[in-house]
Amino acid sequence: MAIVTTSKKACSVNPLKMSQPIGGSFAFMGLRGAMPLLHGSQGCTSFGLTLFVRHFKEAVPMQTTAMSEVATVLGGYENVEQAILNIYNRTKPEIIGINSTGVTETKGDDVEGFIRLIRQKHPQLERFPLVYVSTPDFKDAFQDGWEKTVARMVEVLVDPVEAGTARDPVRVNVLPGCHLTPGDLDELRTIIEDFGLKPSFLPDLAGSLDGHIPDEFTPTTIGGIGVDEIATMGQAGWTIAIGAQMKRAAEAMQQKTGVPFRLFERLCGLIPNDEFIAFLSEISGRPVPSKYRRQRGQLADAMLDTHFHIGGRKLAIGAEPDLLFDLSSMLHEMGAEVAVAVTTTVSPVLERVKTQEVLIGDLEDLEELAKARDCDLLITHSHGRQAASRLKIPFYRAGFPMFDRLGAGHQLSVGYRGTRDLVFDLANLVIGDREANHQPTPDTWRTTESGLEVVPPQLH
Amino acid sequence: MSSLSATIQDVFNEPGCGKNANKTEAERKKGCTKQLQPGGAAGGCAFDGAKIALQPFTDVAHLVHGPIACEGNSWDNRGSASSGSDLWRRSFTTDMNETDIVFGGEKRLYKAIKEVIEKYDPPAIFVYQTCVPAMIGDDINAVCKAAATKFGKPVIPVNSPGFVGPKNLGNKLAGEALLEHVIGTEEPDYTTPYDINIIGEYNLSGEFWQIKPLLDELGIRILSCISGDGKYRELAYSHRAKAAMMVCSKAMINVARKMEERYGIPFFEGSFYGIQDSSDSLREIARMLIERGAPAELMDRTEAVIAREEAKAWAAIERFKPRFKDKKVLLITGGVKSWSVVAALQEAGLEIVGTSVKKSTKEDKERIKELMGQDAHMIEDMTPREMYKMLKDARADIMLSGGKSQFVALKAAMPWLDINQERCHGYMGYIGMVKLMEEIEKALYNPMWAQLRRPAPWDDAGVNWQAKAIAQMDAQAAEIAADPALAEAARRARKICHCKTVDLGSIEDAIVAHGLSTVDGVKEHTNASGGCGACKGRIEDILAAQPAPVLQAAE
Repeated sequence: MAIVTTSKKACSVNPLKMSQPIGGSFAFMGLRGAMPLLHGSQGCTSFGLTLFVRHFKEAVPMQTTAMSEVATVLGGYENVEQAILNIYNRTKPEIIGINSTGVTETKGDDVEGFIRLIRQKHPQLERFPLVYVSTPDFKDAFQDGWEKTVARMVEVLVDPVEAGTARDPVRVNVLPGCHLTPGDLDELRTIIEDFGLKPSFLPDLAGSLDGHIPDEFTPTTIGGIGVDEIATMGQAGWTIAIGAQMKRAAEAMQQKTGVPFRLFERLCGLIPNDEFIAFLSEISGRPVPSKYRRQRGQLADAMLDTHFHIGGRKLAIGAEPDLLFDLSSMLHEMGAEVAVAVTTTVSPVLERVKTQEVLIGDLEDLEELAKARDCDLLITHSHGRQAASRLKIPFYRAGFPMFDRLGAGHQLSVGYRGTRDLVFDLANLVIGDREANHQPTPDTWRTTESGLEVVPPQLH
Repeated sequence: MSSLSATIQDVFNEPGCGKNANKTEAERKKGCTKQLQPGGAAGGCAFDGAKIALQPFTDVAHLVHGPIACEGNSWDNRGSASSGSDLWRRSFTTDMNETDIVFGGEKRLYKAIKEVIEKYDPPAIFVYQTCVPAMIGDDINAVCKAAATKFGKPVIPVNSPGFVGPKNLGNKLAGEALLEHVIGTEEPDYTTPYDINIIGEYNLSGEFWQIKPLLDELGIRILSCISGDGKYRELAYSHRAKAAMMVCSKAMINVARKMEERYGIPFFEGSFYGIQDSSDSLREIARMLIERGAPAELMDRTEAVIAREEAKAWAAIERFKPRFKDKKVLLITGGVKSWSVVAALQEAGLEIVGTSVKKSTKEDKERIKELMGQDAHMIEDMTPREMYKMLKDARADIMLSGGKSQFVALKAAMPWLDINQERCHGYMGYIGMVKLMEEIEKALYNPMWAQLRRPAPWDDAGVNWQAKAIAQMDAQAAEIAADPALAEAARRARKICHCKTVDLGSIEDAIVAHGLSTVDGVKEHTNASGGCGACKGRIEDILAAQPAPVLQAAE
C-alpha cells in the first residue's frame, strides 16, 4: 500500500497540474453544439484554449465572460448575462457549459442565482440548457474539474425515470474519465457495439475532437453527444464508469434514474480487459466475438515479446491519479518497478498504486526523484520533455497536454489491442535508447581497482 | 513608487503610440482597456502580455504569483530560442491554494522567492502579479523589496494582473517594470560606438540569428536585446547604448521612447521581415550610430553587406518566380507583420488578395494601402465561412495566418502557412525570406491537396459540405439581392465598430436623429469608435456620404 504525501514546497517548479476550470470546459467539449464558457478574466479562457489547440491541433470552442477589474469587484451578473446572450444569439449553441474560475470564486459570484435571474429576464432562455459548475482554480486539479462537471451534467441534463419503468437492455451509458483519448473512446465504442449493445458516451470527445472534417462551419463543438440523447440516458440497462473519477457521475446517474453501474478503474492491461469483456458478455448475453479472442492472444504474445525490455525497468511516472493508476499498474504487471509516482490531486486509487510513495507534487519532484532513484523510463505529459532531456532516459508522452508530438487524440491505451500497441511502443522506446546510448565498448567491463564493475553504469 | 492605476494611465498617455495619437483626451484615459465583449472575446490578458514580453530573458527565473491556472495552463508555450541559460523555460509558480486566499499569499510568495534563489541562484527573479492575489491585496512590490534586501538579489515586481486589460497593455506594463526597476541599474564593462539595443524582438524559432551574423560582421554590438535571448545584466546596462531599433511596433514603444527621453538613446521603428525592410533597417542602424559618433566608413561597409546579401537573396528567390506566377495569397495577420510581409511576398511575385488589419494601427493601414494600392481588401473581421469563400473563389491559393484561423484553410483542404508565434521556422532577414518562399512553395505544390479534394467513394463529385456551404451563402446573397427590404436590412446590419458592436443602421439613424456631423458626435450617441478607434475612418466616410445635416433636420 502506497503512502500518499504532499509536497511542502512554497514554489511549484515545472507544474504537472493544470487547473480544474479547464478540466470542466474539456468535459463540455464532448457535447454536441456546446460552447464552454469560463466565468473569469479573458486570460483564463485564452490559456486553456491555446493548450487544447496545441494538444489536438483542432479549432476549439471556448468563451469567456471577460471580467474586468471593476466587474470583478462589483460582481459578474452583467458579464454572465451578456456572455450567455451573445453566445446564444451569435453561435446558436445547443448548450452553454459554464465553469467558474479563481477570480470569480474569490469574489464569490452566485452564478446559479445569476442563471435563475437571466432565465426570468429572457424568456427565450427559460428552457435553454445551461449547466454551471463551481471550479475555483485554487483548489483541486484538471481531473477534478472534469469529474465535477460530468456529475453535474448528469444531475441537470438526464431526465428522471419513474420507478418500475422498463429499461432498454441494449442501451449502455459510458462515463469515461478525462484520461481517455478520442481514440480510446472509439475503441471502446467498437468493442461495446460488437456485443450488440448501443453505447451513449458522456462526454463523447470522440465525436468532437477526433480530428474529423466537419459538415459545416460551426463556432461550437462539431460533434459529441447531444443534449436530447443525454436526457434519455436513464433508460439504459447499465452504466459503465471508467476511472475512479467517474464514480461520482455514475452514482448521480443511479440516484436519479436507478441505472446500476459498474466501475472499471482501469482498462489498460490483460486482467482489466478480461473483466471488461466478461462483463459485456454477461450484460449482453452474447458470447465473446472471435475478434476479441484473437486480440487477447495477440496481447499475450506482445507481453511475451516485450517483457524482456519492460521487465526490471525503473519507472518514474507523473500523471493525474486515474492515468497514473492505470499505466503504472499495467507496467507493474509487466515486471517494471514503479520507483517514482507523482500526481496532481487526491484520489482513492492512489494508495493502491504499486509503489512505496505517491507524491502530490510537480515535475521538479519527479525529475529529482527519478535521478536519485536511478530511473530508466519516464512517463508524463509533454511538459516532461525538459526533464527527460536532462535525465537522458527514454521518455513516453502520456496524458494531457501532448503539444510537441502529433496524433495525441489517437493514442490508445484501452482494450486488448490498445494495450498491445502500447507495450510495443514502450519496448521499442527502450530498445531505441539502448541502441543509441548504451552500446558496450571494450572498456565497459574494464577492471577497476576493486575488480570488474558488476553494473557498468553506461549499460543500464 | 507609482500605483498600478497610475502606471496604467501613464502607459495610456504614450505619445509614441500611433493608435493613441488618434484619440481624444477622454478616449486616451480609457486607453487600451477597451471593454471586451463577454461571450465574444478572444485573446490573452494583461498577465499573458507581460509574460510574453519578458519571458525570453533567458537567465531570469520567472515566478508567477497566483493559482495554478495562470502558469500551470500556459508554461513553456513560446518558441523563443536561447544561446545560453535554459532557466527561462523552467516554470515557477506559487500555486496558491484556498488557505492562501483566506490568509493572504505574501508569505508563500516570500518563501517561494527564497526557494528559487537557493535552488537555482538566478541573477534576478521577475515576480508576476495575477488577478487573485491582486484582489485579496497581496502587495508584491513590498514582498519583492523585502526579498531583494534580504537575499541581495534583484527581485522585480511585474504588476500586470490579467483583469486590468488585454495582452497589449500587459506588454507595456512589463516595459514599465523594466524601466522602473532594471534599466540603468548596472554599468557595462566597456562601451563601443557600435552599441545598439533591439527592443520588442523575441527571437522566436531563433530567427534573430538569421540577421545577427550580419551585425556581428559589421562590428555592431547588440548591447541588449529586449527580450529575445536577453540576459538580465545586459538589460540592466542597456541605458548605455548609442541607438535602438524597435522591432514590434506596439509591444514596447514605451520602453523605446522613455529610454530616448531618459538616456538620450534615439530609436527607429524597423523590421527584418522582407528584403527591402532588412536593408532599410541595417542602413538606419548604421546612420544612427554614425550620428552618435561612429566612424562614417560604417555606412560603406553596411552598403557592401547589403548589396552582397540582397544579390544572394534575389538570386535564390528568382527560381520561385515561375512557380509563384499567378498565385494568390490571402494574408491574415495583425500589426507590424502586415506591411512588412506584404512587401516581401510581392518581391517574390506573389499576388496579395487580402490582408487583415484587425490589430494594425492606422499607420500600418496606410502603409498597406501604399504597398498594395487602394483596392487592397482589408479584412476587418471575417467569419470562417467568409474566409473560406474567399479562398474557394480561387481568389487565393494559399492562406498565411496565425495559428487560430489555420483550421478554416486546412479543413477546407487549402494550403496554409503559419506566420505567427507558434511557427517552426524563422523568416527573418535575407535568409528568412528565402526560407519563407521555400515553405510557401512546398505548401502550394504538395501533391496531397489534390487527393484531399477528391470526393469520397460514397459522395457525389462536387457535392461536398464546402460546396453546400457556399451554395447556401450564394442563395442568401441572391435572396437579399432580390428583395430590396432585405438588401436594405443587410446593408444597415454591416458592422462598423467592432469593439462596441455598432452597425451602420444605428449610426445612420443617430446622424439623422441628432443632425450629427462629427465622429465625436456619433460616438456620443452610439458609442461607435469608443473602443480602439480603428473605425474612425469608416465613420468619417459615412458622415461624408450623408446629405447635409441641416437638410435632414429640416425634414
